[in-house]
Amino acid sequence: MKLDRRTVLKGLAAGFLAAGVQADAGNSVGASKSDSRFRIWDVHSHLESLPGDTPEARMEILVRHMDRLGIERLILSQGFGDYISHPTPDQVRQENDRVMRAVKHFPDRAYGAVFLSPDNIDSSLEELDRCIRDGPMVSIGEIETDVRCNSAALDPIVEWAVSMRVPILQHTWIKASGNEPGESTPFDLVELANRHPRAQFICGHTGGNWELGIRAIRGTNNVCAEIAGSDPVSGFVEMAVRELGAERVIYGSDVGGRSFASQVAKVIGAEITDSAKELILGGNLRRLLRPILEAKGLQS
Amino acid sequence: MIDTNVNLFRWPFRRVVGDDPEGLVSRLEKRGVTQAWAGSFEGLLCRDVEGVNARLAVACREHGANFLIPFGCINPKLPDWEEDLRRCHENHHMVGIRLYPNYHGYGLADPAFARLLAMAASRKLIVQIALSMEDPRTQFPLMLVPPVDPTPLSDLIPHIQNLRLILLNAGYRGEDSTLGLREIDKADSVYFDIAMNEGVGGLARLIAETSSARVVFGSHYPFFYYESALLKVRSAGLPREQELAVFEGNARALLAK
Repeated sequence: MKLDRRTVLKGLAAGFLAAGVQADAGNSVGASKSDSRFRIWDVHSHLESLPGDTPEARMEILVRHMDRLGIERLILSQGFGDYISHPTPDQVRQENDRVMRAVKHFPDRAYGAVFLSPDNIDSSLEELDRCIRDGPMVSIGEIETDVRCNSAALDPIVEWAVSMRVPILQHTWIKASGNEPGESTPFDLVELANRHPRAQFICGHTGGNWELGIRAIRGTNNVCAEIAGSDPVSGFVEMAVRELGAERVIYGSDVGGRSFASQVAKVIGAEITDSAKELILGGNLRRLLRPILEAKGLQS
Repeated sequence: MIDTNVNLFRWPFRRVVGDDPEGLVSRLEKRGVTQAWAGSFEGLLCRDVEGVNARLAVACREHGANFLIPFGCINPKLPDWEEDLRRCHENHHMVGIRLYPNYHGYGLADPAFARLLAMAASRKLIVQIALSMEDPRTQFPLMLVPPVDPTPLSDLIPHIQNLRLILLNAGYRGEDSTLGLREIDKADSVYFDIAMNEGVGGLARLIAETSSARVVFGSHYPFFYYESALLKVRSAGLPREQELAVFEGNARALLAK
């Protein structure tokens, strides 16, 4: 089969059209793609695994890649260097300060989410006040420490979240060879959610093993499935929509360890309706964040 | 656009859309693919390898002649695997083979693998090695299959004439994109697909570590959403000529070698 350049370009254009992205790349940092088919908000992002010595430098890289795929806004949280299993209060504050610096550098492209540790409840509540009530952040998580989230230690944090009407993104995995000590599962999150029916939870990674994670959270309506940080395995989003409804499925990427491309592809490539994609890619997240955004006079 | 990494038939643990040949071809064509190099999921577990390869060849011919290019499976731990190789080449007229060392229970330091590699090269067959098929963390608990360690290749490659090798599904996680491949990533005979290349800027990093002439488009469809590979290239910020090379030119040059 012989193909000329025109045929190749025509084929590429067809592929891009099917993928719902523009065929002409833009590389300018800060320039949002306003004519993309979907308004894409990413609930799960970090500054880790990126070049650059400062939060601002790393955020510039993220924004450059966001622009190429028409991603409008990130929810950014902890993770700049190595994973800290039991962070001290000082380490928690340092993580949150880095996030706030990055967000301040691109206020129209990211909102911050506060990191905290169930190991230190008093200081965590102080961080919630500092970063959300009195600061620029708009949500909680990703909570990822070596304390399983069914612990009663999380109850004061959840009660605080309910009072401020902010959602909580909780890391979960169900690893085939066994979880790390203290690593949370969707089953743990369901226990917590059942104790706090007025709280809104986002099940980070949906347990990674999503065929199990979706089933685990299916009967708990205040838990949404979040699709970040696993391979782009076909069927994930279709099963989530079938079992939970599109209103309970939320896009996230888990950059910088993952790419935006592999994660947004789970939704763009899913055989579901465009209206379902719109909800998953941003509509549901904006709905969850609307109370706190409105209270702060921020855009949604 | 040439996709060097698609799979026919059913994944053993899940039904996915496009796991029938007709549906696969239709979906790939809709996405602008002009040629797809196809292995068979049946090759992972079936020991009647000739049956697997015959079904693959027939399906490619009947559902995608000149579009689906069959890559037969060879398991060098089976008796008389040499005959399977001969049939792939002489009976099914295949241009290449796809290996699954971790599912077939051998490492790349195994002498049987070295012999297979040399015999395939002497027949001028392209050899694809699937370094993994899925994230080990999400595998079926009764069948945990770790990824293939590619490092023994560095000793083998210099000694095999006419070798054309593609490593599929390398770097199943984030920063580990090279998986210890640094010693072989400069070898002219070794190509890399992008299905499991990960991280922000991952594709540009892979090209920098290897060569812009030896990175080929591969989606691992339909196991993965096709758009993952497509958007990786699309969002890599590559010069247009380099983008076209990844999408098609490099695979075409490999075929012509």
